[in-house]
Amino acid sequence: MFCEKAMEMIRELHRMSDGQLPAFNEDGLRQVLQEMEALYEQNQADVNEAKSFGRSDLIPSIKLRHCCLLRNQRCITAYLYDRLLRIRALRWEYGSVLPANVRFHMSAEEVQWFGQYKKSLASFMRSLGEGEGLDITQDIKPPKSLYIQVRCLKDHGEFEIEDGTVILLKKNSQHFLPRWKCEQLIRQGVLEHVVS
Amino acid sequence: MSTQSYFPVPPGVGMEENFLSLDDILLSHERLPVRTECSFPRLGFLERSSDAHDIPEGTKMELPLWLSKGLYERKRKVLSVDLPKVYKEGWRTVFTADPCVVDLHKMGPYYYGLGSQILHFDSPENSDIAQALLQTFIGRFRRTMDSSQNAYNEDTSALVERLDSLEKALFR
Repeated sequence: MFCEKAMEMIRELHRMSDGQLPAFNEDGLRQVLQEMEALYEQNQADVNEAKSFGRSDLIPSIKLRHCCLLRNQRCITAYLYDRLLRIRALRWEYGSVLPANVRFHMSAEEVQWFGQYKKSLASFMRSLGEGEGLDITQDIKPPKSLYIQVRCLKDHGEFEIEDGTVILLKKNSQHFLPRWKCEQLIRQGVLEHVVS
Repeated sequence: MSTQSYFPVPPGVGMEENFLSLDDILLSHERLPVRTECSFPRLGFLERSSDAHDIPEGTKMELPLWLSKGLYERKRKVLSVDLPKVYKEGWRTVFTADPCVVDLHKMGPYYYGLGSQILHFDSPENSDIAQALLQTFIGRFRRTMDSSQNAYNEDTSALVERLDSLEKALFR
C-alpha cells in the first residue's frame, strides 16, 4: 500500500509523547516526496490516456492515486507542524539558548523558525507592563515562596546571584536561592527543588 | 524533558478528523473490509493475494480508512464498506450487556474514533452503531473516572491496558 513511509514518520513522532524532538528525518521526507512524484506522473499519463482514448475506466485508479497524494501531503504537513510545536516548547523549557544536542536534531529551516519565534516572544514580553517588560517564561506555576532550597544534580560551575555573590554549583551541594533564578536550571535538570 | 509546554493537535470530535492531529492520522490508518464496485486498472499490485494487473470489480479486500473515505461515493459505484466485527450486531449486544467487561484496547485501540468514522459510509445500521458507541462510553465512563481519581499510589497498568485510546487520554 502507498504512504507507508509517511506513516513511519508519523509513528516516530507519536511514540515520543513527552515532547522530545527526534532528529529531522530528511531521508524519510525525501522518500515520501519521491513517492508523490511517481504517483503524480502515473496519474498524468493515465489522465492523458483517458482523455485521448476515452478510457474512462482509468478514472477510479486516478482517483486512488490522488487520494494517496493527499494522504502523503497530510502526513508531511502534520509531521513538520508537530515538530514546530515541540521546538516552540523548547523555548519555554530551555530558554533562548538551545543545548547543542537539541540543535543538532533541527533542520536549517527549523533553526531559523526558532530564531524568529524567540524574537516575537521577546518583543511581546518587552511590550508588557507599560513598556517595562515582563519575563513571562518565569514563574509558570504560582510560587509559594521567594527563596527555595535546591540540590545540585550535576556540576554546573559558577553561578552569580543578584547581590554579586558567586555560588559554586557542584554535584550534590545544596543551596538556598531566589526561586526565579533557579527556575530555568530546574527545568534543565541541573538543580532539583528540595521539598522537606 | 518536562511535558508542560508541548501541546500537540488533539484528535477531532465525533465524525470530524483534525487534519494535523497525529492521533487522527494513526486512527485513519486502521483497515476496513471493503468490496470494490468497479475495477481499478493497473493497481493489481495493491491486492496481495493475486498477481493480476488490475483489481477487478467485486474484489473483497482491506483498505485503510483514509483511502476508503477518499474513494467512497454515496451512489456506491466505487466501494462498499463492510462493518468490522466489533461494530456488528453480535458484538453490539455484548457491549449493551456489560460495557465494562470488554478489553477495548485489544478490539483495536481506536474503538470510539473508528466507530465514529464508519458512520461516513451510510450503513443501514448507522443509528444502532452510534447508539452502541454512546452507551458503551457512558457505561465505562463512570468506572474509568472513579479509578483515575483513586489511582494515586496504586498500580493502574492492568486497568489502563483495557482502555481505548480516547479513554486513556481522559484517564490521564
